[in-house]
Amino acid sequence: MNALHVPAPHVPMEAEIVRRTQESPSVFSLGLRLCDPAQHAAYRFEPGQFNMLYLYGVGEIPISIVSDPEDGDELGHTIRVVGRVTRGFAALKPGDRIGLRGPFGRGWPLLETRGQDLVLVTGGLGCAPLVSVINYVAQRRGEFGRVALLQGVRHMDDMIWRERYARWAKLPDVQVLLAADVAGTGWSWHVGLVTELVDQLAFDVRDARVMVCGPEPMMLASVRKLSASGVADEHIWMSLERNMQCAVGHCGHCQFGAQFLCKDGPVFNYPQIRARLGVKGY
Amino acid sequence: MTTHGYLAREYFGRLLEALRNSGYRCVGPQVLDGAIQYRDLPNAQALPSGWRDSQAPGRYRLEHSNNPRQFAWANGPQALKPFLFAPRETLWCVERDARGALSFRAVLPEAQALAVIGVRACDLAALHLQDAHFLQGQFQDAQYAARRDGLFLVAVNCTHPAATCFCVSTGDGPDVPEANGGCDLVLDEVDDGFIVRSASERGASLIAQLGLAPVTLAQQTVVADQRQQAREAQTRMLPSRDLRPLLDTRLEHPRWADVAARCLSCGNCTSVCPTCFCHSDHESPAIDGSDSTHYREWDSCFTQGHSYIHGITLRADTRLRYRQWLTHKLGAWHDQYGRSGCVGCGRCISWCPVGIDITEEVAALAADTP
Repeated sequence: MNALHVPAPHVPMEAEIVRRTQESPSVFSLGLRLCDPAQHAAYRFEPGQFNMLYLYGVGEIPISIVSDPEDGDELGHTIRVVGRVTRGFAALKPGDRIGLRGPFGRGWPLLETRGQDLVLVTGGLGCAPLVSVINYVAQRRGEFGRVALLQGVRHMDDMIWRERYARWAKLPDVQVLLAADVAGTGWSWHVGLVTELVDQLAFDVRDARVMVCGPEPMMLASVRKLSASGVADEHIWMSLERNMQCAVGHCGHCQFGAQFLCKDGPVFNYPQIRARLGVKGY
Repeated sequence: MTTHGYLAREYFGRLLEALRNSGYRCVGPQVLDGAIQYRDLPNAQALPSGWRDSQAPGRYRLEHSNNPRQFAWANGPQALKPFLFAPRETLWCVERDARGALSFRAVLPEAQALAVIGVRACDLAALHLQDAHFLQGQFQDAQYAARRDGLFLVAVNCTHPAATCFCVSTGDGPDVPEANGGCDLVLDEVDDGFIVRSASERGASLIAQLGLAPVTLAQQTVVADQRQQAREAQTRMLPSRDLRPLLDTRLEHPRWADVAARCLSCGNCTSVCPTCFCHSDHESPAIDGSDSTHYREWDSCFTQGHSYIHGITLRADTRLRYRQWLTHKLGAWHDQYGRSGCVGCGRCISWCPVGIDITEEVAALAADTP
């Protein structure tokens, strides 16, 4: 998919926090609305694209958009507290104002995969960039084949959106499989790695289209497992993360080999990044 | 309309005058702090008459002689880069009112007509690469574009390459190409003056104001000979213009650790490199909290922060940083912009505090298969 028109590539637009949800002790979501009604009405994005969110006086961070593209009310962003900017964002409340530039990058291949079976493999907060895909498919259930959602976390307490997964599992021909490396009472799902869930798939993955998002070792392990199960490299897409500052392909930080993640990605077809993926230092 | 002619050295001021009359601010090479640097040029006498540069790995010195020539040197630490891609500049400002509402305002440099005298072929090639990066992709950089529009370039063909130069092997010099040089005027310096050639329509109309004399056959011979000598003077080289196949098979070569043991990871090479484009974004909030300024500053892939991502530094050691720099400069640039990111100016060799020589490192990587 080609990147859509970006209304404010270089200078942020003012946005208001209209909703704040604590998802887990370290993960929260912000629903945003552009303060200029015309800007908000004109804003369009594709699942997998991201915004640069600006915290006043501190700086910007890239955050993928988790809401449905058809949801005109608010733009959803799910954030884990890891540093200075995210800590600042965590302290904000509805009514507070921030800056927003975007959307940037190329999203998930929703046109190319129409009519196909889908396997979405996510690890940790990697589920966030794929949530908008899940919503997209759920809204257009007839346009895709069978769907499997495989989500893994390190500790069962990191598992956010359990109700959403329960709701998605009730959709026709949707299989939900969850895994936690460390689990205790109250965890009825798989204990172990997300890659091990591939063996529990209700359909043959060989002709499926696969989208993967999570930590790179997890994505590499997933690709190995899926390749061994007969999935062609060309049928695998993944979303990468690197340092991003300008978001317009100029500042150089997000380069991965010859790719600029911010404009050529963050979602790539696996053969595009195969040569450098897993090589330490790239 | 005159497009070619001879300008005696004592009339060089006419060129500056014609440029100023056309509204240009003139900058040109001058001796400053022991190096050739581009600064505002008050008159032709300020040019570095008789100065030569002596360059070697980790070494840059100026030497003076009675040679009347004003461009008998290779280069200084600057290329055109700082004139277009500023080392530090504000991108936008934001104000916050008492209710917490934010208003953002883009900040653009004032467009200015700038003439640069004494541009080298390698630096023109680098300029075209920076143009490709900042202007010809999906997004245009407004700051760069504002400065680029008003640029008038007076190239002077290089007659005295430094020992560190290798532009012949990269195909970027020492002469500006006869066609599509990407500048406005091209000068060849001879002992008593300059052969001036226009390389653009603007250049042609400017030349018409200079009262040039016809070029003699003897002058043409001198120019051809010194161009040939400048090419033959270069001893350093890269083994190929496209090193992707070589580098792709050398990612785990022991030479990366070898060079990392010498490299200080200081980033001097990336600062003097005329094509390096990395920069980082920063925030400068006002002390009373009422507004904040968002600016950018040159960055380097040799810094700790360059590869930082939520708690992890992907290139924590110098081996990975040097490899990132070299495999990008000589490899990934081909995929990004259709050619190598190196124009053979040799600055990274001279200005490296420990004298690391990119051509020597490539030769060592190429010498044997790991």
